Amino acid sequence: MSAVADGRRRVAKGDAAPAVMSHVVMAIWSLIVVVPFLWTVLSSFKTTREIFASPLSLPAEWQFSNYVTAWDDSGIGAAFLNTVLVVGSALVIVMILGAMCAYILARFQFIGRRFIYYLMLAGLTFPIFLAIVPLFFVLRNIGLLGQLPGLTITYVAFALPFTVFFLYSFFQTLPEEIAEAARVDGASEWRTFFQVMLPMARPGMASVAIFNFLGLWNQFVLPVALNNADPNNRLLSQVMARFASQAGYAVDFGALFAAVVITVVPVLVVYVVFQRQLQGSVSAGTLK
Amino acid sequence: MSVAGPVGSAPAALGRAGAPSRGRGRGVRRWTVDRISLFVVFLGLPLALFLVFVIWPFLQAAFYSLTDWTGLEANYNLIGVGNFVKEFQDQNFTIALRNNLIFALVIPIVTIVIALAFASLITIGGPSRGPMRGIAGSSFYRVVSFFPYVIPAIVIGLIWAQIFDPSSGLLNQALIGLGLPYQAFAWLGEPAVTRWCLMFVVVWGFVGFYMVLFIAGIKGVPAETYEAARIDGCGRFRMATRVTLPLIVENVQTAYIYLGITALDLFVYTQALTPNGGPENTTLVIPQLILRYAFLQGQAGYASAMGVTMAVVTLGYAGLVFLLFRLIRRALGSER
Repeated sequence: MSAVADGRRRVAKGDAAPAVMSHVVMAIWSLIVVVPFLWTVLSSFKTTREIFASPLSLPAEWQFSNYVTAWDDSGIGAAFLNTVLVVGSALVIVMILGAMCAYILARFQFIGRRFIYYLMLAGLTFPIFLAIVPLFFVLRNIGLLGQLPGLTITYVAFALPFTVFFLYSFFQTLPEEIAEAARVDGASEWRTFFQVMLPMARPGMASVAIFNFLGLWNQFVLPVALNNADPNNRLLSQVMARFASQAGYAVDFGALFAAVVITVVPVLVVYVVFQRQLQGSVSAGTLK
Repeated sequence: MSVAGPVGSAPAALGRAGAPSRGRGRGVRRWTVDRISLFVVFLGLPLALFLVFVIWPFLQAAFYSLTDWTGLEANYNLIGVGNFVKEFQDQNFTIALRNNLIFALVIPIVTIVIALAFASLITIGGPSRGPMRGIAGSSFYRVVSFFPYVIPAIVIGLIWAQIFDPSSGLLNQALIGLGLPYQAFAWLGEPAVTRWCLMFVVVWGFVGFYMVLFIAGIKGVPAETYEAARIDGCGRFRMATRVTLPLIVENVQTAYIYLGITALDLFVYTQALTPNGGPENTTLVIPQLILRYAFLQGQAGYASAMGVTMAVVTLGYAGLVFLLFRLIRRALGSER
């Protein structure tokens, strides 16, 4: 055996142990992450009796009816549509308002700019449950308590600081020359924003939109505390919370697992489609 | 707190939480109609919304905390700091506060240690020859580990509540399968273990996210740094603790603060796993009490005082972490 080959083999041997150990550790963790979801999907096709009698086995008969029950009887269907409506409109509004606000803060000098910036920082830092009690009464006073538009506005307001912060730094990095050129060409301030600056901010907008979507879709405290007036207005997280607080035997467990799967699928789709971009956004957020 | 959640908003926002740098403004310009309308709409609209639905409730909460307002009627009396005195005579409050503090001590450190270990395995666990690289299949592990972060916390809680179920839960069934006597062990009913189960679930949910965060940090370190360390005969473990850690200490600090803020809340997780405070109130948290007092027991003023107390605790926690990391950075600086 030549010296070179020997050397190569020795190196490989030295590397084998850490590599194997790394793979073992990460594989175990991957299982800990994935198995609960697989078990959930499996259970969503079983009858409640089966879930209790043989929790680990495959369903004897695949119960697609669980999904029908969950969608209709447990109110997942209505809640799903409500959530899409509230999160969808809040997302669109907060992206527009957030971009406008960030643009002004990032690219104009005026008195009070720094103050507004710190106010936004405060809104980002203080715990949401500090505001929840007065917020309840604010909404009640303007007649929007328990109404989907009221919830939407609240979502927008609480997602605003994060949106503004992220886009603020983004707008700051855009070259001034282009805005200047637009102005020289006679574009109004409004046109400069909508036709020049906003399109350039698209990558930043995409990142923030993904995070906002996840944050709003997963939002819990706001709907649970503020949206109890009308059962027809419930969001997904509220239906989930009701499942959690129901007593053991009253629960249709097959439907519960089906409801979980229905809730996870949209975020799963978003995750799989935007996976690269999402992880990229995490990095972008930290490295700046 | 943004709706995007402490974690969603964390790294992005904190990284630039400093004072605003000078805008690339165009200096003083004439106030035209175009310009004024732009300001009114672009700044006025979002700001009005933000003031009415975020800042105003915060201020109101601070005011109500000094009153005996029930929340049911319009009238109330100013009672000074009475609510705050009452808090510390209220066993529910002190227990919940202690629980939240325990969570804030344990959850960040455990999550960060695991996330850092995984990030190191993935980025520098690869072959010791050739260019620095991670283990094969690292992107697969990254995608899988990150996944729980996108799942609604209430759903994570529900799934784990089912896994912990004494009779039909996956955990006991698996343990029985291994021949262990766990026929009816109530993971969420035993005071000694419930708290740890809750913390496990939270850690499970966040490890992947912070792993990705740290991987990004490590990738930001110039490859030469690692190569130089390797030539100096630095092993993988020393590489992780002596090279990586000092270089991404900023990321660790960010992670620490946001995990701490999460741990000082945990409302979602407790609602899913132990909605009534857990066995002997071992998982009772302040937000649960706030909602209970405000909306079920007609003590809105008292609940507001709890909110204020928690806001102070949260800010204090963040301040302490900043201080701690300043000391750590100083120590690291003198070491190098």
